[in-house]
Amino acid sequence: MANNVNNWLNEHGDYLYRFALARLRDPHLAEDVVQETMLAAIKGNNFEGDSSARTWLTGILKHKIIDLQRKQVREQPVSDLIDLDGSDSTMDDFFDQSGHWLDKPQTLNMPDNDLEQKQFLAILDECVGKLPKKLKAIFLLRDVHELENENICKELEITATNAWVMLYRARMGLRKCLELNWA
Amino acid sequence: MLTCKQASKLISQSLDHPLSWSERVRLKLHLIICDACTQFKQQLNLLRTALQHIRNATENDLNIQLPSDVKDRIVRTIESDQQ
Repeated sequence: MANNVNNWLNEHGDYLYRFALARLRDPHLAEDVVQETMLAAIKGNNFEGDSSARTWLTGILKHKIIDLQRKQVREQPVSDLIDLDGSDSTMDDFFDQSGHWLDKPQTLNMPDNDLEQKQFLAILDECVGKLPKKLKAIFLLRDVHELENENICKELEITATNAWVMLYRARMGLRKCLELNWA
Repeated sequence: MLTCKQASKLISQSLDHPLSWSERVRLKLHLIICDACTQFKQQLNLLRTALQHIRNATENDLNIQLPSDVKDRIVRTIESDQQ
């Protein structure tokens, strides 16, 4: 058993870790989810010879990433979730009472130059890291993991309206963070 | 007539589900006369593209490896779990 895990980790561990880190943007969470994948792989033992071990393990990993993000969303107090249905008072930071922008959105472009592009992406990555846990989880599932909205609602057991409001807030915060730190 | 607040919400939602016919028309009319919301729309498009870059860069960066102490920890955890 442990032998299998050893082999899997040696052959695919780095790949699985990069795959998870790319979608979770957090080394510790990525490590945890690789461990969960190994546990599930050894327990399930339902590897079909017609797919490669890597494809099989990646399939398990994708589910484990969603499971983990679901926990991130659920750990938040219920009151927070209820608030999402109601008013959008948090948008008061961005709009005046008549619904006009307080600060007009600025021009943001991805730099062509490699080095500048790296810096730009690093700043965006930091901005993602600053999002509230719950918003970060749903945003990463949608815009990085590219899960369909319908599946997000099903997996996280939230309404479509809740999902839109959370994604709207996450995107609103991120573009502001980019404006402040890059433009 | 949509306010910028309403328009920005629709712009974000259009990334997640197809807007209704009337939402599309109202948003289009708003964007014709509103530079700020047009800019916002471009920002959200940029955000999407940039995040895909970030994801791909991490996936393809062979310097990123699962630390060996984490590998050992995982093997130990599974060994103790099996007992």
